Amino acid sequence: MMSEKSKPRIGVYVCHCGTNIAATVDVEAVAEYAQNLPGVVQARHYTYMCSDPGQTLIKEDCRALGLNRVVVASCSPRMHEPTFRAAAQEGGVNSYRTEMANIREQCSWVHHDKEAATRKAKVLVASAVAKVTHLEPLEEREAGVHPGTLVIGGGVAGLSAALDVAEAGFPAYIVEKSDRLGGHVAELGHTFPDLEPTADWLAPLIRRVEEHPAITVMLDAQVEEVAGFVGNFEVTVLQGGQAQQIDVGTIVIATGYQLFDPSRKPEFGYGRYPGVLTTWELEQRLATGDLVVAGRAPQDVAFIKCVGSRDIQLGNPYCSRVCCMVAAKQAQMVRQALPETRVTVFYIDVRAFGKRGEEFYDEAREAGVRYRRGNVSEVYRRGERLVLRVEDTFLRRTVEHETDMVVLAVGMEPRDDTGVISALLKLPRSADGFFLEAHPKLGPVDTTTNGVFLAGCCQAPKDIPDTVAQAKAAASSALIPLIRGTVPVISETAIVDAELCAGCGMCVDVCPYGAPALDPLWGVSRINAVLCKGCGACAVTCPSKAICLQQFTPEQIMAQVDVLTV
Amino acid sequence: MSSDKPAALIIGAGIAGIQAALDIADAGYPVYLVEREPSVGGRMAQLDKTFPTLDCSSCILTPKMVDVGQHPNIRLMTYAEVVSVSGEKGAFRALVRKKPRYVDEEKCTGCGACAEACRMHGRIIDTFNQGLGMRASIYVPFPQAVPLIYTVDPEACLYLTRGKCGNTFKCKDACPADAIDFEQKEKLVELDVATVIVATGFDLVDPATKPEFGYGVYPNVLTGLEFERLSSASGPTAGKIVLDGKEPEDVVFIHCVGSRDPHGGIPYCSRICCMYTAKHAHLVRDRLPDARITVFYIDMRAFGKGYEEFYDRVKHEGVLYRRGEPSEVYRRGEKLVVRAEDTLLRRTVEVEADMVVLATAVVPRADEAQLAESLSLERSPEGFFREAHPKIRPVESSRAGFFLAGCCQGPKDIPDTVAQAKAAAASAMVVLAAANRA
Amino acid sequence: MQDIQQFANEIGLDLDLLACIQCGKCSGGCPVSITTALNIRFLVYESLLDALPELVHMEELWDCTCCFTCVERCPKDVRPAELIITLRNQLVESGKIPGTIGEALMGIFRQGNPLGLAREDRALWAEGLDVKPAREGCDTLLFTCCYSAYDVQSQPATKALVRILHAAGVDLGYLGTEETCCGNEVKRVGEKAMFDEMLVEEGKALLESVGARCIVTTSPHCYNTFKNEYGLEGIEVLHYTQVLARLLEEGQLKLSVPVEKTVTYHDPCFLGKQNKVFDEPRAVLRAIPGLNFVEMDRIRERSLCCEGGGGRMWFEGTNTEDRLAFQRVQEAVDTGAEVLAVACPFCLAMLADAAKVKGLEEQLKVMDISELVVQALGDGG
Repeated sequence: MMSEKSKPRIGVYVCHCGTNIAATVDVEAVAEYAQNLPGVVQARHYTYMCSDPGQTLIKEDCRALGLNRVVVASCSPRMHEPTFRAAAQEGGVNSYRTEMANIREQCSWVHHDKEAATRKAKVLVASAVAKVTHLEPLEEREAGVHPGTLVIGGGVAGLSAALDVAEAGFPAYIVEKSDRLGGHVAELGHTFPDLEPTADWLAPLIRRVEEHPAITVMLDAQVEEVAGFVGNFEVTVLQGGQAQQIDVGTIVIATGYQLFDPSRKPEFGYGRYPGVLTTWELEQRLATGDLVVAGRAPQDVAFIKCVGSRDIQLGNPYCSRVCCMVAAKQAQMVRQALPETRVTVFYIDVRAFGKRGEEFYDEAREAGVRYRRGNVSEVYRRGERLVLRVEDTFLRRTVEHETDMVVLAVGMEPRDDTGVISALLKLPRSADGFFLEAHPKLGPVDTTTNGVFLAGCCQAPKDIPDTVAQAKAAASSALIPLIRGTVPVISETAIVDAELCAGCGMCVDVCPYGAPALDPLWGVSRINAVLCKGCGACAVTCPSKAICLQQFTPEQIMAQVDVLTV
Repeated sequence: MSSDKPAALIIGAGIAGIQAALDIADAGYPVYLVEREPSVGGRMAQLDKTFPTLDCSSCILTPKMVDVGQHPNIRLMTYAEVVSVSGEKGAFRALVRKKPRYVDEEKCTGCGACAEACRMHGRIIDTFNQGLGMRASIYVPFPQAVPLIYTVDPEACLYLTRGKCGNTFKCKDACPADAIDFEQKEKLVELDVATVIVATGFDLVDPATKPEFGYGVYPNVLTGLEFERLSSASGPTAGKIVLDGKEPEDVVFIHCVGSRDPHGGIPYCSRICCMYTAKHAHLVRDRLPDARITVFYIDMRAFGKGYEEFYDRVKHEGVLYRRGEPSEVYRRGEKLVVRAEDTLLRRTVEVEADMVVLATAVVPRADEAQLAESLSLERSPEGFFREAHPKIRPVESSRAGFFLAGCCQGPKDIPDTVAQAKAAAASAMVVLAAANRA
Repeated sequence: MQDIQQFANEIGLDLDLLACIQCGKCSGGCPVSITTALNIRFLVYESLLDALPELVHMEELWDCTCCFTCVERCPKDVRPAELIITLRNQLVESGKIPGTIGEALMGIFRQGNPLGLAREDRALWAEGLDVKPAREGCDTLLFTCCYSAYDVQSQPATKALVRILHAAGVDLGYLGTEETCCGNEVKRVGEKAMFDEMLVEEGKALLESVGARCIVTTSPHCYNTFKNEYGLEGIEVLHYTQVLARLLEEGQLKLSVPVEKTVTYHDPCFLGKQNKVFDEPRAVLRAIPGLNFVEMDRIRERSLCCEGGGGRMWFEGTNTEDRLAFQRVQEAVDTGAEVLAVACPFCLAMLADAAKVKGLEEQLKVMDISELVVQALGDGG
């Protein structure tokens, strides 16, 4: 029997979500129905429950009516569960006694028949009410924070992120796989759109990092293992065969990208013809001034774009975002170095979108670079020269363009070791293989793992300004727990009933976070609540049903299911 | 708000200002978030869905707006403008002008009785809805406004413009909270802050500067932002794509209206139009399955994460992409005609339309020059605020301690704006941490 | 546009017009795009715009060789060549096809081969070779292309192949006059109904009835359609070069007599580009003692089409002056090769004819790979 004190007094709040829900679900009828469910004291509907007045409605009801449980029927809890939990908490209701019924994604958005959708919405609400009736209050918990940030990768992204962390007064540890800092960018002679020598700004950046007292740079080093959770990560770094442990509060992933291997596009003859280069190889040639092909300066240079990008057949459907500008840069530089040389860029769409990007494209054409629209289909040899076979889509004619040097603007791909890092930190990847951000719009540097953030091209291709901005953004996220000094810890953890536990240890084996351990004295499982992520793997594995996941106990789930199956 | 720590001032409460404010406030520093409109939210609040995920804009923005409204470390100053900022990094003094709302912010509950009662109800052009709807002289820009406080439009209020509103103030009489106060005066507030983030956003070019498209002449030639309000569930047509009561059968979208046009004074690419037009085309297809949809483009710039994939998707939905920048729009009978060379066809074509949507260029705020002067900030040649270094200092401005977030530095989509706003927050935190140590 | 797309789907093609971004990768690689009026990129665009001209006036639709270079290279997976097949289907439905193609189809309908020669004569080439009738049961079923069986130019290669397989101890069977055209080209000229209802339906039953472990084809075209389109169950389909390469590797086939020739090899589109069989024919040539193997420039994925596929064996094309085969034999001569080796009866016909027309016969002999291998067999052959 429930004590009088915890006798359910439930408020139900049905959201219209503008017309997102209200157009398909009769929200008024749902609220009316909810009003008569057991334990419900008040049921309301409102245009946007997540708006300020919507939340105020909940808070005021909680106080005025002495509610002790709240059900919000609106969208997926993914976005708004924290919102409504906070609102309930402010109204004096334990935030863990809130439950959401998803009548948008799982109802209004997927149905057309208003009557049936309304019926379904009612059942979903009833089910949430049934569950919330059985929810127990949980404590908000906090943990301390190791002041410091681990930055994986020492390219421009990693350097920028580390500097912000260090400048704000916290230690930053850069773990770099190679033997130098600077990443891919260090191999660029000049950068678009100002043709500024890269070294002019990269060298000072590297120097600042190397000389910063709060930054530790570890070269030829790799992250071997990551244990712990936000605020309290224990990182094992392997350097020169030595393992060492670094304790940090947050982690920034800045592992970068790898270049597309153009031998996967055999039609271009890369590797067969010495005159076929990648943009990357041309960058080196431009740096040394050696543009000679087959013993002489090329009279004609042709760029091919989208090599390895925008290509569904290859499995790279995405645009690599920088190649258009790289080609514009190199084409101009070739024109500068060899004013007599004809330079042609073959393209599908010229993507000159960044600040001064379009102007730079204008400058390239002014410099005499020819732009022809057509995706080059193949390259072959004719005598001493190379031939590009391509339809100039404006001429509406397939042409054979004779040239001496073919430059392939190769795109970016996720690094081969993305999977390793992904496994290490339990980070999901998006369909394109890059790391998946928490929200494509509003959480571009956050991940689903708290305390782990993304910077630069490991999340998606980016140019340098966007990489630096994103790296600094990751630093901002990484700094928040460090500056605060504490982090909230989830409360919906698994607990063990020691009476029932047989000490079989299956929970220890199944837990991905290392939370359970067998108590050597009593031979029963103990769960470290700080490490527990609340995934429930142990609860379903336990053969003696000794483990239950708070907020998802059998009693709570069955109450919810019973309503659904009526 | 904790007063023992150095504070940040953020100018502009669109998504950039909101995100920067939340990061800094979450780290424990006080933030003054100053917004000149009556509500926070900025441009993003005006959008319907967002590309490429088609999340509803207000669904993802509203919680952030509520957060800044409720955050213990954020002091929201809406309907206020920064007049000047003196001093230097670590020790700035900002002068903020708080404009009179003629509504007591403490008393107003946002019930809306005043607007219902206003004599001008339904007669004032609703600027939030891009003029596609009407409101009263006293208003909140949109239902989810934060703060939800009514504001008297000084240019539309009969009393404020003519000194008289009948024999009695309808609004005052209707207000159950006695919140309306025509005696309110402008107030000047001084703020001590260590750092400033400028997040003042952008304007859109006036399409009348491109008279060939007939904007303003033909009521069915719209801008992209007008289309957003038209397709928005909370907009004037409740999300129905109708003009003059009729659903269009032929919809034509035109890219690069004003952008990539040094001749017209805008040499740069506006960076967002390709994708929002793709989204608009999708929305038309979604609401009007039988409509013929044509997009005229020069280069399809689908560069961001998931963008090319979205372009692929929209094409599969039967949106016809034709390469060529239309040269003019004219009327033929009941229809508009869009005249363009289809450069892939190598032929000039006339495409009939019932609705033409112009993807207008992102331009600096009309008062960007003035703001630059009052804040002592430099601008790039195209008029946006200049960053300290295009590569490694993309959010630092020309003035130490001032940082740039979002489209005031140059056109950007939402993810890039959010990233840049957080970047500005990181730079601001560095200044705040140093000031805190001092 | 929707009509065409729908029609394409109805006849089982994966054409995806809406995916097209008009980049021109298809037209740029199309082997006949320079020599004829065919512009596949533009055809896709006209389809999207519902602005296709009257199909009957577009003779260039029959220029397509169905080499599928466009399909292999299209970054958006539009499968452009399938638009041509779709349009050809529409033309076939309305009976508006070139006369020579009509005759070939009639020949297949009546006699089971496009040459219109008597069905009873199909196995004449095999006389004296002692090929076991497949009905007696066999491990490997030999399937000859109609040209391999009837065309005097191809028959030596067919005979050579049988000798080689026998020498390697392969338990080989042959259906003889029961064999009917595979229909690979029938499908590609747009006679979908005949392909499905007559050739596949009957052919599949016939092939499966033998109970062989594998089918070896003389032509990449038969190989392609059996392997990818017939849905044969429990039978491995191999091109003969794959079988030879395997026999050589396993040591069952031994080549001992030197063939002192400089040889280059032409990749057939249906074997190479479309089915990625590039290495086996080369391995077989390299295994021939004394043979000096040289490569042309355009090989493997970049091989130039001989212009014999997609029904072009039955249709001259709109440009008879400037044939790809002319270019190809010259490329072969330029390598210094005396022999241009092929692995397809169509390539053999097109290239041998080109060598003749171009007066290169003295310098360059076009031979099937099996004709070279048989020379290296020694006594066993």
